[in-house]
Amino acid sequence: MTKQEALFEFLLRKADDSLIIGHRLSEWCGHGPILEEDIALTNIALDLIGQATELYKYAAKVEDKGRTEDDLAFLRLEREYKNVLLVEQPNGDFGKTIVRQFFFDHFEHLFYEGLVNSKDERIAAIATKTIKEIKYHLRHSSEWVIRLGDGTEESHERVQESVTALSRFIDEMFYQNDVDEILIKEGIIPDVKLFKDEFYKNIEAILEEATLKLPAENYQMSGGRKGVHTEHLGYLLAELQYMQRTYPGMEW
Amino acid sequence: MKTEDIWAMLEDVTDPEVPVLTVVDLGVVRDVIQLEKNHWKIVITPTYTGCPAMQVIEEDIKERLGKENITSEVELVLSPAWTTDWLSQEGRRKLEEYGITPPQDEGDKSVLFGERPVIPCPRCKSRNTRLISQFGSTACKAHYQCNDCHEPFDYFKCLK
Ligand SMILES: [Zn+2]
Repeated sequence: MTKQEALFEFLLRKADDSLIIGHRLSEWCGHGPILEEDIALTNIALDLIGQATELYKYAAKVEDKGRTEDDLAFLRLEREYKNVLLVEQPNGDFGKTIVRQFFFDHFEHLFYEGLVNSKDERIAAIATKTIKEIKYHLRHSSEWVIRLGDGTEESHERVQESVTALSRFIDEMFYQNDVDEILIKEGIIPDVKLFKDEFYKNIEAILEEATLKLPAENYQMSGGRKGVHTEHLGYLLAELQYMQRTYPGMEW
Repeated sequence: MKTEDIWAMLEDVTDPEVPVLTVVDLGVVRDVIQLEKNHWKIVITPTYTGCPAMQVIEEDIKERLGKENITSEVELVLSPAWTTDWLSQEGRRKLEEYGITPPQDEGDKSVLFGERPVIPCPRCKSRNTRLISQFGSTACKAHYQCNDCHEPFDYFKCLK
């Protein structure tokens, strides 16, 4: 694998993570439990889709085969999406959406803090922009985890169920293969192994305050980085890609 | 046509989401460069990466310069990243008059649950206000309410 191939693959992974979770959040538009949260979730969706756009633009340039950011976002097949499985999981109730975001934001926070120092100037610029937005997301999801976990009996029970169910998807965020090896050696991306403990420390501190617990042991799912997804992604893409598949090249 | 003239024209282009602010007040215009006699490059930077106003701003800039028979290309750069520190004093004053509290120093946001900043009410100036939602009507605003005059208001949140 060349450095260019590794870089392209990496950009796709991170762009897909942001696009897919951004799309999931956008599904809340008009359905939020209260107006403020409807607005918050769609605002966060907008940030994430904006981040995905920047990453796809760069990926298209690195690939250099004439594809655009829109081609990459809308015209690939399911197996070509490289997002982690966590981000494609259905919204469930509001609490489940928050828990999914909570795990994701805490990972992204540490990851993008490392990415700010990337030797690749364009990645460093995207990261510097993105990290400011992630801090807002992180605060939002963390505060809700506490409020729901340490809330009513009903909210506690439901959000605990989501923590248990979604914790199966945590380790995959730390997945590494030769793509990462090449880029770590080049100083382009941080080594996620180095902040895994910090990640767990951060989420456990908040879960404790929320009177919630990670399950002691949980079978860990993976496959997303290789394009092997849960059954949910296909349905999501059917909606996401509908316009471009029906009216190819459509613009407004 | 001089650089100052172009800047002056850009003073007529307002943010579509906060129409009291010009793109110059907002600090979104980073540079203007003459490419040919009547052809200029305008360099802009987004406030938030997903900000949908950027496309509108780009079109508005081209349209405004077009009125003086100037063609232009607009380049979007991410680095250095926009910060609310670039909002001009004039911009801050206009925001407050418009009923939006301008960015206050919020301290270090990496401290997750650090102390919340005091966000004064733009209407009665009371400092006794509460956060309704960190996410307001647009990406750049948070939603607050005044505990004294009860006015709900937008706060142009700090981004550093
Ligand atoms: Zn007031």
